[in-house]
Amino acid sequence: MSQKVLLNATEINIALNRLACQLIEKHDDFSKTVLIGIQPRGVFLAERLKTLLETDYKIKNIKLGYLDITFFRDDFRRSEKPLEANKTKINFIVEDKNVVFIDDVLFTGRSIRSALTAVQSFGRPLEIELLTLIDRRFSRHLPIQPDYRGRQVDAINGEKVKVCWKENDGEDAVYLVKN
Amino acid sequence: MELSVNHLLGIKYITEADIQLIFETADHFKEIINRPIKKVPSLRDITIANLFFENSTRTKLSFELAEKRLSADVINFASSSSSVAKGETLIDTVNNILSMKVDMVVMRHPNPGAGVFLSKHVNASIVNAGDGAHEHPTQALLDAYSIREKLGDVAGKKVVIVGDILHSRVALSNIFALQKLGAKVKVCGPKTLIPKYIEKLNVGVETNLRNALEWCDVANMLRVQNERMDISYFPTTREYTQQFGLNKAILDSLDKEIVVMHPGPINRGVEITSDVADSKQSIILEQVQNGVAVRMAVIYLLASKIKHSEVIN
Repeated sequence: MSQKVLLNATEINIALNRLACQLIEKHDDFSKTVLIGIQPRGVFLAERLKTLLETDYKIKNIKLGYLDITFFRDDFRRSEKPLEANKTKINFIVEDKNVVFIDDVLFTGRSIRSALTAVQSFGRPLEIELLTLIDRRFSRHLPIQPDYRGRQVDAINGEKVKVCWKENDGEDAVYLVKN
Repeated sequence: MELSVNHLLGIKYITEADIQLIFETADHFKEIINRPIKKVPSLRDITIANLFFENSTRTKLSFELAEKRLSADVINFASSSSSVAKGETLIDTVNNILSMKVDMVVMRHPNPGAGVFLSKHVNASIVNAGDGAHEHPTQALLDAYSIREKLGDVAGKKVVIVGDILHSRVALSNIFALQKLGAKVKVCGPKTLIPKYIEKLNVGVETNLRNALEWCDVANMLRVQNERMDISYFPTTREYTQQFGLNKAILDSLDKEIVVMHPGPINRGVEITSDVADSKQSIILEQVQNGVAVRMAVIYLLASKIKHSEVIN
């Protein structure tokens, strides 16, 4: 197994700042916007962006929720490994809100497809956008593309993109892992 | 993680890890059934038959709601309106239903062991919804889940089960579940309604309600099952109530606040008075709500063991 650094801590920080600015450009003061981190790995990125928007860009009262998609996935009973759920924490109604899904890596698009269904349990959003740190090109199974992306990478199917966060993995870095 | 079993026939047959997995999964479903839209699409391609060879209201409704919240297709069957009355055997009845492509059977039956028997002879996941005076595993799971929710943990807690232990499948399943989770269990009731060999299960016996209540953290009040009593087990209902009925006076005279549970249906004024059943110490309605979440967890986890390839072929 070998791994190559795709983004180091400084590059991640630059990307996060750019993504935060792009969100402000579109969503202004976030009064009609809610952020939703996709469980499990999207919540780290979502928390980072929220903190950045609040501290560096002085935007107040950003609503952030966590959405677990386990029970909405399309591979139930198809994989050998049982699906394990995580906590959903959405303390607001998404009815008529601009929703921004936040996930670390966009790969096949199936998670996002599930999230699109799952979020409907909390109302009918006005609009849904997708923000991902890494967009894996040429690997989509569904017609789903990000509205905001940190970095686009080309990775073949046997390769894995691993996003590490300081608060969970001890460092900020993105690796391309080859088996 | 997945369950160690393919059927839920009784608490006796599952492990502590299974129970913990069911509880963790139920936590997620409890959140889901409190959403504006309370449904997930997981079991869209699963069909479940609810076979009730014995009367039930709450358990049947709870199972049906749990199945529908998971998007399963549901068919219902009650023995009074079926061919069982015409002499059909249990295996024939179930195989006829299974030939209509049913993946899972939830069954209540008056004979102890009916679920175990069926699981050996038919090709479907079986969930026991009560078999005679043997087991009622989902009730025990939701009772233990409700204790965990109220008190934070089941391990180390003292639970007394009061009433008709002899005829109660709820009591037996509760004893197994609570002990597996590390709780201490006592039973309390008239000697005639306590099975002879109960002490072999490591369960203490108490015939004085006050002593039992002073010892416990949780009191689970069972219904007197008049319909199962072929002889007189106590002189009068009034005398039973005087000795084993839970009322406000005795509850208030304790130097601690205990949790009061009841699996329903309640005979108000017999085993529990109305003011106790409706008091803030009672978690009877929480038990009912948790019942749906716990049953969703059981059905989801059992269904996840039915491989998709088997359904396609």
